[in-house]
Amino acid sequence: MTTVNIPVPTVSAPGGPDGPSRKARSLYPSWFYVPAIALYVVFFAVPTFASFYFSLTRWSLFDATFIGFDNFVTFFQNPQLFNGFIHTFEYGFATSAAKVVLGMALALLLTSPVIGRGYLRAVVFFPVLVSTIGVGFVFKSLLDPFHGVVNAVLGAVHLPQPGWFTDPNMALWTIAGVDVWKGVGIATLIFMAGIVAIPQEYLEAARMDGASGWRIFRSVILPLSRPAMGTVIILSLIGGLRSFDIIWATTNGGPGFASDVIASVIYKQYQAGFFGLSTAGNVILFLVVTAIMVPVSRFINRREVEL
Amino acid sequence: MRRGLIVGAAVVTAALALAGCSTGGGTSNGKVTITYLVDNAPNTTATAKTFVAAFEKAYPNITVKVESRAQGADGDNIVKTKLATNDMDDVFQYNSGSQIQGDHPDQTLTDLSGEAWAKDLTKDFKASVAGTKKGAVYGAPWGTTFAGGIMYNTKVYEKLGLKVPTTWDEFISNSQKIKDAGGIAPVLQTFGDTWTSQLFVLADFANINAKDPNWAADYTANKADAKYAKQPGLLGFQYTAEVFQKGLVNQDYASLTNANGLKELAEGTAAQYPMITTVINNVKQSNPDQVNDIGYFAIPTSDGSAPHMTIWEPNALYIPKTTTGAKLDAAKKFIAFANSSTGCEIQAKAQLVTGPFSTTACQLPSDVLTLVKDEQKYQDDGNTGSALEFLSPIKGPNLEKILIQVATGQATAAQGAALYDQDVKAQAQQLGIKGW
Repeated sequence: MTTVNIPVPTVSAPGGPDGPSRKARSLYPSWFYVPAIALYVVFFAVPTFASFYFSLTRWSLFDATFIGFDNFVTFFQNPQLFNGFIHTFEYGFATSAAKVVLGMALALLLTSPVIGRGYLRAVVFFPVLVSTIGVGFVFKSLLDPFHGVVNAVLGAVHLPQPGWFTDPNMALWTIAGVDVWKGVGIATLIFMAGIVAIPQEYLEAARMDGASGWRIFRSVILPLSRPAMGTVIILSLIGGLRSFDIIWATTNGGPGFASDVIASVIYKQYQAGFFGLSTAGNVILFLVVTAIMVPVSRFINRREVEL
Repeated sequence: MRRGLIVGAAVVTAALALAGCSTGGGTSNGKVTITYLVDNAPNTTATAKTFVAAFEKAYPNITVKVESRAQGADGDNIVKTKLATNDMDDVFQYNSGSQIQGDHPDQTLTDLSGEAWAKDLTKDFKASVAGTKKGAVYGAPWGTTFAGGIMYNTKVYEKLGLKVPTTWDEFISNSQKIKDAGGIAPVLQTFGDTWTSQLFVLADFANINAKDPNWAADYTANKADAKYAKQPGLLGFQYTAEVFQKGLVNQDYASLTNANGLKELAEGTAAQYPMITTVINNVKQSNPDQVNDIGYFAIPTSDGSAPHMTIWEPNALYIPKTTTGAKLDAAKKFIAFANSSTGCEIQAKAQLVTGPFSTTACQLPSDVLTLVKDEQKYQDDGNTGSALEFLSPIKGPNLEKILIQVATGQATAAQGAALYDQDVKAQAQQLGIKGW
């Protein structure tokens, strides 16, 4: 592959003054909505409400016994399950923060006139295109404590050789690192779009006023790429809180329960046949993601409007 | 409860309709095609194919398609889901004991107690494939019984002049001597395959049972004394913790896999491995010349009483209730063939014999492994007992993970045992067992 120019989409300005009038009469009769509504109800609404019900039962697929909130009590009392809950936050916030910082840094680099810019853009974006499971397996073998390439290199230069995925204190953070490596391309892309969309006049004016590079970044680029920042935070936080595939491919939530998050806990409960408990976990995940994302997205959108 | 069922059923039906599930195969001009589900371990699929080829030769009108599924917890989930959604293969191979009990055999499986081969089964095996319905036999044995305990390298023991230990203290002092000799891992742990963490606990059960024959029944009935947080149940957790704390395990315990661990055991770079003897089949593949260097002893006892060997019943072949008509007849013929003399021969040849058969229809071959000879001694002395999963339907699903916590110093033996008691409680409630 030679140079690839990644198309840079423009981020539309939020809250456009006048959208199409909602009162305008529809061209089509209302019953055109019926197929869409039927599909939505059967495949989204019914399962969602069914899952709220089943989360209150002890469910074996064969029968379901109503047990009130016992599943939720179990979820928060059992140390294994509750640890998964805590890890979810640690993981979600850590990966999101790292993606914002690294994504911004890379975007600044890749929008400035560096040599081989097109190539570098492709390189940064490339991991996004690879299957997550594949990435997980590759890193698992690269970071194998005894037979992996990374530790072989570290050993050759007499550095400590940690058990990346096998040390209970490290496993979750190693996975977070792999996740950032894989996901930072998207963040970079969005930031680049935001930065490119900043009118050149502002930058020129700042330079004329004698602003330093840091000052330009601090006072022009950062505030004006806030919409991009909001998008990156929301996407990466949602992704981080729901993360499952990369964890499953690398550690299965182990060693023991050291890198379990809600999603892997849900999967394991399901595997074990605790369908009610597993569904309760899903309901908790749904509520947690909503409870975090609604205020976050409100906050970010309000800041945009103030600008 | 009823309404929940209907909603659930509706959702499942809709999903199935969308996925366009077909049952596959069919009957045309007297020919029948059935499907046979096995796990995807190389040896299992290879044996299945050999067996199917022999069967198709004997019954030219029946075609058997071998399908494979994941092993371990993923596989358990596949079997459970297939049975619950009436999408199971015509014949399938799966664990006997508590695993199949969790899948409601009375509702999902065909009772085979009327078949001719059923009278040849051992009592222990019949109990491991029974449901709650009286006299029902839902499965036929596939393979031989096997034992849990310590697999050890006899050459290493000879070289260092060690004696097979009968007490835990002897085991630890042997291990210490192996460690001092240098270059050999005294105790193998292989958490690259998480299930391998369980053997100090599971294989100690015959010792518990020897001390307290009511333990399994009390455990099932939720009696306060039959808990893992209390002795003698706690011992297995303590053993797991002790070998780690004393630095007796191999360095790469956290990432080593079962297959590679067995290679080390066969080659003598590791000396002792808490394991189930059925894995000797892997050694046959990887180190055929060293298969007979591996011996077996039961988990030693802490109080000096005679160690007892914990026995596992073989996997079984089952027919789900959804197999009917000509396919059911074909499936029954298939299972009967597995219990015929030809079937026994193929089983004995394709997978090594790891213990006695569970049916009198099959006879042990004359040239058995060192390991099996060692097992035979416990049989002859009557120092044996079934694994807990054949005496009680309750096995907590998180035992392997909890034991890894204990075995890597993340939790103490007592904490791990208490966690596992909670896990057992959750499973008992899920199964709807009285008294929980």
